Amino acid sequence: MTNNINNINKTDNTDDIHWDMAAFTVDARGRRCPLPIIELARRIGELDLAATLVLWADDPAADLDVPAWCRMRAQELVATRALPTGGTAYLVRRLT
Amino acid sequence: MVGVPAYLDHASTAVLHPTARAALLAAIDEGWADPARLYRDARQARMLLDAARETVAGVIGARPDEVSFTASGTQAAQLALLGAARARRRAGSRILVSAVEHSCVLHAAEWHEHAGGLVGTIGVDRFGRVDPVSFTPPPDTAVASLQHANHEVATIQPVAAAADVLHATGVPLHVDAAMSLGRIPVDVTALGADLLSASAHKFGGPAGVGILVVRTGRRWVNPLPADEREGGRVAGFPNVAGIVATAAALHARASEIITEGPRLAGYVERLRARLPELIADVELLGDPDPAGRLPHLLTFSCLYVDGESLLHELDRAGIAVSSGSSCTSDTLTPSHVLAAMGALTQGNIRVSFGRESGSADVDALLAVLPDAVARIRERAGAAGL
Repeated sequence: MTNNINNINKTDNTDDIHWDMAAFTVDARGRRCPLPIIELARRIGELDLAATLVLWADDPAADLDVPAWCRMRAQELVATRALPTGGTAYLVRRLT
Repeated sequence: MVGVPAYLDHASTAVLHPTARAALLAAIDEGWADPARLYRDARQARMLLDAARETVAGVIGARPDEVSFTASGTQAAQLALLGAARARRRAGSRILVSAVEHSCVLHAAEWHEHAGGLVGTIGVDRFGRVDPVSFTPPPDTAVASLQHANHEVATIQPVAAAADVLHATGVPLHVDAAMSLGRIPVDVTALGADLLSASAHKFGGPAGVGILVVRTGRRWVNPLPADEREGGRVAGFPNVAGIVATAAALHARASEIITEGPRLAGYVERLRARLPELIADVELLGDPDPAGRLPHLLTFSCLYVDGESLLHELDRAGIAVSSGSSCTSDTLTPSHVLAAMGALTQGNIRVSFGRESGSADVDALLAVLPDAVARIRERAGAAGL
């Protein structure tokens, strides 16, 4: 499921973190481990190199497994922030 | 007898050691009476209890009067930590714990916090190991707690170095030796432990017996109502037969360490070498250096794999292991140990060997696991990702 990034209620507007530059959002809320990571892995290939996507997930394991996946796949976890409706948004950049 | 073809969960509970089994059956008959009474059968129970205490003390380098027997390892850890905190209330109310302690220690710390005390948590590196310098205690610290070795990823902690850091300002250290006792040498003096706790069923003793050590001269006040049993440290009628069996198991295990350690370490080495060859995207956890970990235990995580499905696949093949993945826990949260290490938590499996384990168990696991992982990835549409 893909949502427009503008739907995110932004809580972080620091200059160096460009949430609004993400190409698309993957909404994995309500999906249990390891499905959010599988969704992330499926969709990262749609990005150009150096482009970003946003993953929404509310499974507690995602807080650990998104950074671990980025480390194992040499992708970059740029930032995270809490979603106002619960769960977390992860800004991920494709590096490889 | 173990009913599972490949029982690879000895870290959850070890099979009762044959020596302990024989001692248990004999002591049920010979040690049934109240060891606090003054007649023949009572004196016999007392003798058995005292002999068991001396045996356990001898194995860990303690004095017999420093050793008490509890109803579980959990109770021993609770009494050690909360009793030391209570005795040092005037020094401060803070308990320091590592982030990867067994949940029984963390629960005791939470309980202390709910009662108005303070808790400081010490983080770990990616192998699950603390930096001893991080145990430098704030001035209001009553006691600190550090495991000898981690129960999920086998990492041995720098306990003696942490003890030195704490002792510099007079703060005592509780060492949770539940996972290490009977697997590697445990010496209370070498560890710098002021208090130590362990659990009989982890090393081939029976369930229902824990070991509590309070070193001579250390301040400790029972945090619970006390009676005259176990030197006032553990209230209630002692499980004499279980304690006798505990001592028998520990004595036997201690003499087997020198051969069993390397034998089981060989199985772990084989898994560490073969798993990454047979399974894509498997992450081996814990210290890659064998000197930095327990010999009998390996934990790994498999990317894109649901841990619960993997446990079920292995169970169907007669292989018993445990998992720290969120989907296998009652709370649906990943293991706090994996979280503290920043490790991948999905498809997590802990394999632990014991004296009944053989190379056929390793063969069975290596034969079943790669296909099981592949099937689960296929079903989830994650093959080739």
